[in-house]
Amino acid sequence: MGRPDLSVDIAGLRLANPLIAASGCFGYGVEYADLVDLAALGAVAVKGLFLEAREGHAPPRIVETPSGMLNAIGLQGIGVRTFVAEKLPELKARRAVVIVNICGSTVEEYAEVARILSDADGVAAIEINISCPNIDEGGHTFGCSLTGVHDVVRAVRAATTLPIFPKLTPNVTDVAAIAVAAEEAGADAVSLVNTFLAMAIDVETRRPRLSNVVGGLSGPAIRPIAVRMVYECRAAVRIPIIGMGGIASARDVLEFLIAGADAVQVGTANFEDPGIWPKLLAGVTDYLERHGHAAVGEVVGTVDLSARETAWISS
Amino acid sequence: MASPVDVDARIAANHRLSDAYNILEIEAPAIARQTRPGQFVMVKRALGREPLLRRPFSVFEILRNARGAVTGLSLLSKQVGAVTRDIFLAEPGERIRCLGPLGTPFSVVGPPAHAWMVAGGVGLAPFATLAEALHASGVDTTLFYGGRSSEDLYRVPLFERLGVRVVLTTEDGTRGEAGRVTAPLQRELATAGDRPVMVYACGPTPMMRAVAGLAAGADRPVQVSLEPVMGCGLGGCYSCVVRILDGGARFVRACLEGPVFEGNRVSWADLT
Ligand SMILES: Cc1cc2nc3c(=O)[nH]c(=O)nc-3n(C[C@H](O)[C@H](O)[C@H](O)COP(=O)(O)O)c2cc1C
Repeated sequence: MGRPDLSVDIAGLRLANPLIAASGCFGYGVEYADLVDLAALGAVAVKGLFLEAREGHAPPRIVETPSGMLNAIGLQGIGVRTFVAEKLPELKARRAVVIVNICGSTVEEYAEVARILSDADGVAAIEINISCPNIDEGGHTFGCSLTGVHDVVRAVRAATTLPIFPKLTPNVTDVAAIAVAAEEAGADAVSLVNTFLAMAIDVETRRPRLSNVVGGLSGPAIRPIAVRMVYECRAAVRIPIIGMGGIASARDVLEFLIAGADAVQVGTANFEDPGIWPKLLAGVTDYLERHGHAAVGEVVGTVDLSARETAWISS
Repeated sequence: MASPVDVDARIAANHRLSDAYNILEIEAPAIARQTRPGQFVMVKRALGREPLLRRPFSVFEILRNARGAVTGLSLLSKQVGAVTRDIFLAEPGERIRCLGPLGTPFSVVGPPAHAWMVAGGVGLAPFATLAEALHASGVDTTLFYGGRSSEDLYRVPLFERLGVRVVLTTEDGTRGEAGRVTAPLQRELATAGDRPVMVYACGPTPMMRAVAGLAAGADRPVQVSLEPVMGCGLGGCYSCVVRILDGGARFVRACLEGPVFEGNRVSWADLT
């Protein structure tokens, strides 16, 4: 048997493998170009972009917590036009598949950013950030209501023919209902999860550890919840799912794929180990070979529920 | 530009200087050969181990063997948290993850300028490599080195061997002049006449803020090595930002544009 086929198809977008650098955890991609072969990644999701440049929150912007970290970066960014002019050409030269994560304070802003990206050369897809938990005016508010999700996705759908992937927040009661709203509004796939709204306090000073008081929790601490959410969405929508949340090993990648993700993103683990990408790929390849799979897609959504009836439960 | 490398490096030696301070020597020649004064590395004991994130450390010394070939680098560390505790407890023969060199180095002056390095405690770290570079270009160099007590001052002979004049201070008076390191600096700035002096500072934020103020008051340029909380060291996370006053106030990443900044660019009021 030859080497297993690692490529995946996300709504017509062919990726060489299912590993995507998560938005906000990989700068604009170019920062990592000397250390990571960008062309060897399935894709790079760049840092969230508004129409205009944004300053972001005052430091401290991160704090480490058990098996994870909180962040409240506040979506500091250079604005979509500067990105197109200054970063996109280098990403293209490095043969990166570029997914642009977009933000907006209004539905119109999302649509405008999407239009600008549609006219640019070298954008493979748009990830719609309706889920950043630590800024007041955008994203999260839309992402927490069915009508908000619907309105943003509809507007972006009308503005572009690029594949669009709304990125869902886990800070809701029923994430699958949100995924359905996104699908009905014209999403080509959904990305999930963004970070969990959280807080950490320095007990000596009694001050919050982040200047923004609250921030988003990422890293291995959130993985089981994220896996559960991918599993729930897989049962609810037909469109592909890009899963993430705490992935730090090939085993974790496979857990998301088995739960129903077609591809995955890796964020926080890349901070610890920017050399993680080839290790993840090697581990996934080894698993596929051991289990006799010819292609990575054969694993997707294969969680085996029949084994629930074990002897100790029935006795 | 040097390109950073991530190595699983062998620990060659661990010199425990007190209950808090140690110097860890690690075999990372591929990093050490490229390192310029003021650059840093991102370090943790082992991948997959808590705490998750690496911590930034200035490169302290470039290590060489008897023939002068670069064999590795050392870190000067003071125990303050989980990673510095790991670094304190590490044993020779064990391994450590080390990514670097990273960041923008000091700009090294040449004669006739004099170099005045101002260090507070573990803020001594970036000055050994700087002193070497200054020595190599024949710059008249002074080190103002302060701590709470004599338990905060180490490796003075290393600087003296490089021809550096060393001025020591301790707040409790157990070594050198009693008081803060800014006191002798202020005196000497007042009597420096029109000698060209480049001031370099590294230490606790209040100390660097005071040094930057004194240098500005005496019309001398100053470079500070800041130590904000860092997530990745590579520009990926935007957590280590420092507010800069030029080009309209804006946040820049200390891991790329720093950790060394010209003191008059830094918005000191915003530094926590
Ligand atoms: C420092 C940081 C910045 C982030 N910025 C963004 C962003 O700009 N847009 C976005 O959609 N998600 C952002 N995220 C969320 C991640 O893309 C990802 O959804 C989340 O961290 C969970 O994955 P992980 O546990 O692998 O990090 C950010 C996460 C972190 C840690």
